[in-house]
Amino acid sequence: MTAPLTHLQRLEAESIQIMREAVAESERPVMLYSIGKDSSVMLRLAQKAFHPSVPPFPLLHVDTTWKFRAMYELREQAAADAGMELLVHQNPDCLAQGIDPFTHGSAVHTDMWKTEGLKQALDKWGFDAAFGGARRDEEKSRAKERVFSIRSAQHRWDPKQQRPELWRTYNVRRSVGETMRVFPLSNWTELDIWQYIHLEDIAIVPLYLAAPRPVVERNGTLIMVDDARMPLASGEMPEMRSVRFRTLGCYPLTGAVESEADTLPAVIQEMLLTTTSERQGRMIDFDSSGSMEKKKQEGYF
Amino acid sequence: MAHARDALLSSDIDEYLRVHEHKSLLRFITCGSVDDGKSTLIGRLLYESHLVFEDHLAALEVDSRQVGTQGGDLDFALLVDGLAAEREQGITIDVAYRFFSTERRKFIVADTPGHEQYTRNMVTGASTADVAVILIDARKGVLTQTRRHSFLVSLLGIDQVVVAVNKLDLVGYDEAVFDAIEADYRAFATELGIREITCIPMSALRGDNVVEPSPNTPWYAGPTLIEHLETVAIDAREADAPFRLPVQWVNRPDLDFRGFSGQIVGGRVRRGDAVRALPSGRTSTVSRLVTFDGDLDEGVAGQSVTVVLDDEIDVSRGDVLCADDAPADVADQFEAHVVWMHDDEMLPGRPYLMKLGTQTVGVTFSAPKYTVNVNTLEHLAARTLRLNEIGVCALATDRPVVFDPYADNRDLGGFVVIDRVTNATVGAGLVHFALRRSKNISWQRLDVTADARAALNGHRGGVVWLTGLSGSGKSTLANLTERRLHALGIHTFLLDGDNVRHGLNHDLGFTDADRVENIRRVAEVAALMADAGLVVLVSFISPFRAERELARKVVGPTRFVEVFVDTPLDVAEQRDPKGLYARARRGEIANFTGIDSPYE
Ligand SMILES: Nc1nc2c(ncn2[C@@H]2O[C@H](COP(=O)(O)OP(=O)(O)O)[C@@H](O)[C@H]2O)c(=O)[nH]1
Repeated sequence: MTAPLTHLQRLEAESIQIMREAVAESERPVMLYSIGKDSSVMLRLAQKAFHPSVPPFPLLHVDTTWKFRAMYELREQAAADAGMELLVHQNPDCLAQGIDPFTHGSAVHTDMWKTEGLKQALDKWGFDAAFGGARRDEEKSRAKERVFSIRSAQHRWDPKQQRPELWRTYNVRRSVGETMRVFPLSNWTELDIWQYIHLEDIAIVPLYLAAPRPVVERNGTLIMVDDARMPLASGEMPEMRSVRFRTLGCYPLTGAVESEADTLPAVIQEMLLTTTSERQGRMIDFDSSGSMEKKKQEGYF
Repeated sequence: MAHARDALLSSDIDEYLRVHEHKSLLRFITCGSVDDGKSTLIGRLLYESHLVFEDHLAALEVDSRQVGTQGGDLDFALLVDGLAAEREQGITIDVAYRFFSTERRKFIVADTPGHEQYTRNMVTGASTADVAVILIDARKGVLTQTRRHSFLVSLLGIDQVVVAVNKLDLVGYDEAVFDAIEADYRAFATELGIREITCIPMSALRGDNVVEPSPNTPWYAGPTLIEHLETVAIDAREADAPFRLPVQWVNRPDLDFRGFSGQIVGGRVRRGDAVRALPSGRTSTVSRLVTFDGDLDEGVAGQSVTVVLDDEIDVSRGDVLCADDAPADVADQFEAHVVWMHDDEMLPGRPYLMKLGTQTVGVTFSAPKYTVNVNTLEHLAARTLRLNEIGVCALATDRPVVFDPYADNRDLGGFVVIDRVTNATVGAGLVHFALRRSKNISWQRLDVTADARAALNGHRGGVVWLTGLSGSGKSTLANLTERRLHALGIHTFLLDGDNVRHGLNHDLGFTDADRVENIRRVAEVAALMADAGLVVLVSFISPFRAERELARKVVGPTRFVEVFVDTPLDVAEQRDPKGLYARARRGEIANFTGIDSPYE
């Protein structure tokens, strides 16, 4: 007799089933790879889903040029380890206009680099299905998100066009021009993600673990000075503090938390004991209420 | 649950992680009418399992003071409600999934609103649930809604129900109230075939018997809600079923490896087991069960694996690998419960797609044998199925389908119905059994074949289908064409929409369902005439693309020509040979194509 499946085994099997279904019923799938912990788990699940084949799709990083340096390092390594093609797209308009979060603000920065950049990339390569690492537990409004989310030819999310999902029988059919976003991690929680990384020994960006890093404090948020592009106010001096990150994005927009947790179990312990929600460190949510929802309609995911 | 967990969490994180890695997973659905306390209960479960973060809690305290119903106390319902923005956006299919865990289990809660669209939402939420928690307001007892929820739960195959008799604080924790409700509920639920019923006296608001046993109900010796959910048996049914693996994807990294990837949806399989691939019926032996983490000796229901077989039998996506000694059924006609989920009603005879497991096939439905009133469980006569209606229908697929009855296997007995044009999911179904008609009626063998008749006639039979607006010129064209063909010595016949309605179809009106039947009959008659060797000219408005597709299928695509008489509406309306447009404009004729009914 085999022991009953654990919750992580069930989640893993479910994610694999979702990925296989998406690949079997699409022509040009792609995996949106953001180098964060969720992406790392998703990448491992893709390897599991198609083993011994290499996952039959490329990784796509919609880059903003403003990610932490440590993220760029892991990006190349992870793609090489998995034997997968890595595509990087940087919105050429942003490059031309030099869009950055300091002068243009986080809203414009995110919209232009990420939302517009993603649409451009999907159109450029003609992808009809894109895996994303979003989870339903991330915030209240995602609790109703589908696993397979249909987008119009303009990449818009229309709440009225979303389909009921029964059993594991997903309706994956699309009309010409429509694409889909697929969320294999829908039913994972933050704790599940960390446990799985721990259990499977998955490589993650070291920034998730505490270490002394140069930071400045702005509006109560600790921002790491990751390179020389960061403008410092007169008299502002980066100071070394032991910090880690709960979520990773563009370094000027990502708040660090003070922590001594320099191992994965310690991070998990801290996460469970000190309870502020994960997205607090992610500044895009603060721009306006319900902003996640709006971003989604505009095609952010 | 919270306290024991915290101790281990802060003292020995490695041990804590080990404990939590061996948790199992339970999915349940909560059902209740508005104000039964569903949101309060879910909010409390999240809160008690420490899933409410400080920043959320701070917000909750503010909200509770401002809009809460609890006089300044925490109002847990606000944790899960308050998605007003979404409601404004018109999200109608609302099943929210929420997560919490204890040391023993992770839980996924499907939270469905009790009011609008309840059938569609409940069916969706229940389709993946192992257990249903049905809330009853202790002051109100078993209501119509309770029956509705229980029926839907049992229809979707959930045979373990928890009845949470809530708001007991408002009836003074009175044992007699609880006992009466329990007796009431058991009386009717047993009829529905629900195997296991657990009734729990509760106050979601005060926390009685949710996590900790309540001092207010000393007369109750049963488990609290969490204790019950933590220990209730899961997976047993799936694991005890015969082996089933619907093939999702053929894994071929190179010429030396060929594996069949899929999730096991029933039973278990070991290396060396004999398996049968359906629908082909070929048998083989499992030589390897491949995973990224190494080969398995045994795979069980719920696992995603890649199966390698001993010999090179032909297997592709949509096929199902089964236990050789207990294979699934294969058929192309079924009886099923069908739940309609779309604003456009289900039309008997109209071609749809259905997806069952990994198979997608064309399907048509008969008129429902009956529909079920979900409140009274009465059977009602019906000709179509509308949004949120549930009916029992016969259905025919255009290819054989591998299936199990829904009662035996949810994944191979449940299917979704897809609109061919919009690709929307318009319904869902639960297969009862195969109608053996496809095997019982064998075709009468014919000695004089179509070829023989064609040889005698000097030409083949066929159907020319003219479609277009009323007054577009279909009949005129058909008439002139027939005269020319006749002159050439070709055997012809003209079927005119208006004329057929006087005889063969005089019993049909102009509802969508009748229009489909009208077309079906004409197409069948045209097909018979074409068999007889005639060239049939059909002049028919036939405004719906799906219906013309149906005609093409009935006749056979190789001898069917569709002609669209493309006259603009204003021209046709100007001609108005029968004065019909004028009458439609005056509102005297309803559903008139081009005026208040579309031409596709
Ligand atoms: N006294 C009492 N009130 C409750 C209980 N559970 C819920 N309520 C109240 O009943 C009302 C409706 O609850 P809510 O959770 O919003 O119901 P829902 O519509 O089923 O989600 C709210 O005012 C709750 O505070 C209970 O056990 N006891």
